Amino acid sequence: MSTLAHVFEAAGLATIVLGSNLSVVERMNPPRVLHCEFPLGRPLGKPGDAAFQRDVLERGFALLDETEPVLVHHPETIESDETPMACSLPPRYNPDLPAAVDEAQGLRAAYDRAVEKRGATSVGRVISADQVPEALGVLDQWANGAAWKDTPLPDPNPIAVCHDIRTYYEEAGLELADGPPPAGRAAEAWFHEETEAGKTLMAARAALKEADAPFPMWFYMAPGHR
Amino acid sequence: MSGDTAMREVGNSMPVPEFETTAFTPLAKPLSESTVAIVTSAALHRHGEDGFTVGDTGFKDIDRADRNLVLGHWSPNFDRSGFQLDLNVVYPIDRLEELAADGVIGEVAETHFAFAGNQPDTVSELRLDTGPNCAAKLLAAGVDVVVLTPV
Repeated sequence: MSTLAHVFEAAGLATIVLGSNLSVVERMNPPRVLHCEFPLGRPLGKPGDAAFQRDVLERGFALLDETEPVLVHHPETIESDETPMACSLPPRYNPDLPAAVDEAQGLRAAYDRAVEKRGATSVGRVISADQVPEALGVLDQWANGAAWKDTPLPDPNPIAVCHDIRTYYEEAGLELADGPPPAGRAAEAWFHEETEAGKTLMAARAALKEADAPFPMWFYMAPGHR
Repeated sequence: MSGDTAMREVGNSMPVPEFETTAFTPLAKPLSESTVAIVTSAALHRHGEDGFTVGDTGFKDIDRADRNLVLGHWSPNFDRSGFQLDLNVVYPIDRLEELAADGVIGEVAETHFAFAGNQPDTVSELRLDTGPNCAAKLLAAGVDVVVLTPV
């Protein structure tokens, strides 16, 4: 964003950067920065809070009154909270299936409701929602010792497949969760720590690492700090 | 260590593109008469359309009316649930509409743009090719102010 700010200003546009990483904006010196210490992925701070979002924008627009480059800090800090969001999971239905596969099938109705509500889904980078149980079946095999080269995922890119699995779960889970919007990373924590799919993904990731699979292949299957 | 703390520490240690000077374009007219656009690095694109590839240096247009948007950024290292709940937390298009209706800004641009945040380290294409190209489109559309949102 800071690079684009420099380029756009040189072209004759006035810009406002909502900066999420102070070190980066301090070193790159874009013309007008409102530094917002909010959860990464939430540059306007609070989903569902129009007044807060509007206030962020108005603080940004106020920087247009300055006559030279400026960096201002938003007065509020919002921390992520990696306490898993509260969300019911479907009961075990078919004990003959791996738990993650059974679970993913049980979440399908919630996922479909979420897609209908938004009119869009971020699942589909490389696999569809229909393929999520199949992909989890393969990860379950990897976690239990199957060689990844001999047991292919529905798409050869495990990073993208895991992205689609996690997105399927988060979209379904948000449809099932009660209460106010979960904090930043609470859905991520729920997926990786509470669901059978997340546990299977992490076990498969560990198995790939143990099997000396290429680093990027397994590392980016999950957030780096995990 | 939390995920956000870990990612910010990565950001602290990463080299960043250097700019010897800071270009600065003063707003030439009141904000209430200015046209505002959003440009985001969240790799947003319309549902059902091709997304961004890894290391994609290009950009995609978003129509003012589009709400069926997909968050196509490749990194697993940030929260996505906020966008799922309310796209305005990444792409504050409804807030711009409200600000225009209230006369705070002049107009909401008809077209907005998305880049992918995972850029090659040199960002040379962004600086020399796709960035200027996007700027030209914004200027041709009469945009005065750009709000840049990361993820």
